[in-house]
Amino acid sequence: MENIITSQDLKLYYGNFEALKGITVELAEREITALIGPSGCGKSTFLKTLNRMNDLVPGVRVEGQVLYHGQDIFAPEVDVTQLRKNVGMVFQKPNPFPMSIYDNIAYGPRLHGTHSKAELNDLVERSLRGASLWEEVRDRLKKSALGLSGGQQQRLCIARALAVQPDVLLMDEPTSALDPASTIRIEELMAELKKNYTVVIVTHNMQQAARISDKCAFFLLGEMVEIGPTEQIFSMPRDKRTEDYITGRFG
Amino acid sequence: MGDKRLDQKLPPRRRAWDLTLRLLICACAAVTALLVAALIAYILLRGLPGVTWQLISSQESYLNNTIGILPSILNTLYIIVAALVIVLPLGVGAAVYLTEYASSRRLVRVIEFTTETLAGIPSIIYGLVGMMFFCQLLRLKTSLLAGALTLVIMILPTIVRTTQESLKTVPESYREGALGLGATKWYMIRTIILPSSIDGIVTGCILAIGRIVGESAALLFTAGLGLKLLGNFFEAMGGSGATLSVALYIYAMERGKFEVAFAVAAVLMLIVLVINFAAKVLGKRLKNKL
Repeated sequence: MENIITSQDLKLYYGNFEALKGITVELAEREITALIGPSGCGKSTFLKTLNRMNDLVPGVRVEGQVLYHGQDIFAPEVDVTQLRKNVGMVFQKPNPFPMSIYDNIAYGPRLHGTHSKAELNDLVERSLRGASLWEEVRDRLKKSALGLSGGQQQRLCIARALAVQPDVLLMDEPTSALDPASTIRIEELMAELKKNYTVVIVTHNMQQAARISDKCAFFLLGEMVEIGPTEQIFSMPRDKRTEDYITGRFG
Repeated sequence: MGDKRLDQKLPPRRRAWDLTLRLLICACAAVTALLVAALIAYILLRGLPGVTWQLISSQESYLNNTIGILPSILNTLYIIVAALVIVLPLGVGAAVYLTEYASSRRLVRVIEFTTETLAGIPSIIYGLVGMMFFCQLLRLKTSLLAGALTLVIMILPTIVRTTQESLKTVPESYREGALGLGATKWYMIRTIILPSSIDGIVTGCILAIGRIVGESAALLFTAGLGLKLLGNFFEAMGGSGATLSVALYIYAMERGKFEVAFAVAAVLMLIVLVINFAAKVLGKRLKNKL
């Protein structure tokens, strides 16, 4: 499988604080990679670096490289809007815009220049189907997205991200604000998404990581301790620290 | 072990104290409401009988010895429109810059402090400065335009601050969501941030209109005292004319015609009510359209 994103000795500083201490990792196409580790270990920071959402934080400085299809995403000629179009993001708390379901999904395509009604209709339906939300909302597309349940809102946000046709989806604890039933639906959805997209997910839930991911990366204090096939990480981690974390000795 | 019984009443002294405070607070609310209601009732009762069709549809005529306040009504509306057309882009733009773009917290604090100070300056000082700057230095003479520009400076802080407060209430997650889809900052502001904060902008407008309509001191110096019809909007901008508040002053203080002054007051209040209501409806419409 081809590597879609590669980070090479990626270091990130908030002011003088070194939040990422040289992360080298390869993310293969059409796989789910779970980033695990205790709070403050840098996994979310790393995730947000992959589509440069960290640019928004004042005082952030990055060293090293992140390659997307071989292109350095920090290169001066890179258009960050194009990067984010290709590397989409789903956030911890569902954040639908205060507009209709339809307009939420159409937001991205419109932003990137799609205005034809037929094309938008098609994209909206495909994206909602892709996020397995279509059947639930097909007859109320013009209603406000804020009226949906939390789980539906999160799937809407996934659909919204799909609508701009990315090939990578970054998910920052996408189910931590949801109830168990909604969580299961999202997990099932991720298994579907894997067929067409590369997914990177940050999760605090060990069972979730074990259930859904192909690879697992363990972060600790700004370092990536270990990455490997999920099964191996959970059954025979190479590093003592990984084992301690997974068996619940700290966290 | 303390007493676990639940049916014991509070000691009488505490109960009395509690009751007294509650009554006092109710009294405060009642007095406030009564004052407002009484004021409105008094003005309407004294003013409305004097509000005739002739009064609001004509201008003053010495030949017929009739009084009409149509010029002042128009001047008021013209000045509101002119001031808002200028102040809205300016104020909303400044607020957007301060909350979304400005990177130096220090600069933002300094600007916020100056705008707040600006809001506290007595309006007669604005009038004086407006007269010196717009009427004389810029040679606009005493005109509605000079008046409107003076008001722009006066209400700019209100618009900036209310817009800013409302921009700040837009959840950070909306910004992340839009930027995460690849939106540029301006696209995000135009499509998400401004529509979500339309409420606050409308509130700012209502406050601003209230100040414009109620203003007399600043306009005495800059827009003048004319009571004649000035023609259409653009013709009127170059002419000197009194708004309703200024006309009220003229009729009450210079001519001693209190019944006319009260009629003007009644008209003024009705206009403010209608405008505020319209602004609320408009704001709601805009919000729903999002």
